[in-house]
Amino acid sequence: MSTRDELLDLISDWKKIKKEGCAHNIRENGKSVERLSTDEIEITPKADGSGLDIHVKAGVKGKKVAIPACVTAADIDDLVYNDFFIAEGADVTIIAGCGIHVHNGEAARHSGIHRFFLAPHSKVLYLEKHVGTGGTRDTKRVIDPVTEVTLGEGSTLEMDTSQIGGVDETRRVTRGSLASGARLIVKEHLLTEGVEKASTDFEITLEGDDSAVDLVSRSVARGHSSQSYRSVITGKARCTGHSECDAIITEEGRVSASPALNAESQDASLIHEAAIGKIAGEQIMKLRTFGLSEEEAEQKIIEGFLR
Amino acid sequence: MLALHDIHWSTPEGVPILKGLDLEIGDRGLAVITGPNGGGKTTLAKLVAGLIHPDSGRILLDGEDITDLDVTERARKGISYAFQQPVRFKGLTVRDLLCLGSGRQLDEKDVCSLLSKVGLCAKDYKDREVNASLSGGEIKRIEIASVLARQSRLVIFDEPEAGIDLWSFNGLIEAFEEMKRSHDASEVIISHQERILAVADRIIVVEGGKVVKDGPREEVLPTLATISPCPMGRDAITGVRL
Repeated sequence: MSTRDELLDLISDWKKIKKEGCAHNIRENGKSVERLSTDEIEITPKADGSGLDIHVKAGVKGKKVAIPACVTAADIDDLVYNDFFIAEGADVTIIAGCGIHVHNGEAARHSGIHRFFLAPHSKVLYLEKHVGTGGTRDTKRVIDPVTEVTLGEGSTLEMDTSQIGGVDETRRVTRGSLASGARLIVKEHLLTEGVEKASTDFEITLEGDDSAVDLVSRSVARGHSSQSYRSVITGKARCTGHSECDAIITEEGRVSASPALNAESQDASLIHEAAIGKIAGEQIMKLRTFGLSEEEAEQKIIEGFLR
Repeated sequence: MLALHDIHWSTPEGVPILKGLDLEIGDRGLAVITGPNGGGKTTLAKLVAGLIHPDSGRILLDGEDITDLDVTERARKGISYAFQQPVRFKGLTVRDLLCLGSGRQLDEKDVCSLLSKVGLCAKDYKDREVNASLSGGEIKRIEIASVLARQSRLVIFDEPEAGIDLWSFNGLIEAFEEMKRSHDASEVIISHQERILAVADRIIVVEGGKVVKDGPREEVLPTLATISPCPMGRDAITGVRL
């Protein structure tokens, strides 16, 4: 299996997507290497070559579109702008993500700027995975995703994003604006090891009545890795916002969390929670009563926590 | 199967809890360990499971000295322990916990069967996280189901009735009796509860860090009034109506 296929397998259920004939675009080392549009979902390159426009037609339901990217060579600095236009009443799954493979002493970066424009009453499930593979010494695999979402009236965007290891540095930025009745649900899963660094930054504005956001970030910082979490939810109408940052630290891992809430309407109801700590000894002990070793118990707890 | 000889254990602050306790547990049957609060029952259960270790004395399993074995090694030798205060896990589902308990991937039917034994509907619970969203009674029942999943040869339940409503409690009693009938195992239950005492084959009373009474239920149960003046129909030891 080629490095590209290995990365695609890690970040998306690639074989299934191809078999199903879903709309897709594969990007490798800064270039589009394979593309398929369908009757319902059109993928076109931007005129300036900076990325893609993905149009999902009105009323399309149950379809998938995948746009995974991978970097398989050193010294690549890939920057791409992908815009998703989801027409009224559509209900689709978008699969994205990036994998970087470099050898010891090598560096590469991928920066994906994704903008979502959801028309009224449309619905999107967005799945995004990031991973790094290859060398373990003196690498610099950097993935800097930016996600900007504009949610129309009554629309719903559910984002399930994860970084499953091997990314030396990442800065994850999400910005959002929600109209009346729109819902944004974000579930983030983040694992850092060694000396990796990760920062997560959410800024969500609830503009319309009955809009709602639920941000849940679960992360594990192992080794000497470090993470920072920042979220700002601003409520400008009758709305609900919830931000939750749960982090497990092991060994010398470090995590900082700064959730902030701005209520600019007396009808805004906003909550934040943040909990950082090591794995509770009683959790390890419980799983050891099942016959697991201490290391196995810790691994199971982390796997479950990040799922 | 299990023998404890001259077990002594004190708290880290030096308060003696077990003071030369001797006890033997057979291969099968349901033994209930009861006695006043602070008498050393939970300490005894944790010592058997390997969560803590005695200051002195020996613990033998089938003649093998397991005193120095840790909790993982004892679990692998077939000793299970249901916590009095169950542990919560963010991210692990009820199904995950049951699979980890059983040591294998359970199918839908197995999960259903285990949860129904503790009065829970699998459909409503199997995919729920074992986290703070579960009530005290729900998590307690899941804890017991996870231990039942192990099918161990020696199963210790530490006050399984705590936090369980009456309806679920009936199901729990049935689960203990079913285990007694169908499972080739020895059950040890730490309990004050009269209805659990009523299904015991054997009752062991621990008080002041030692076994003060030990015998068939028919012999020991009527004598419990000498420990507690409270009438039967209530908690046999403390007199609290359950």
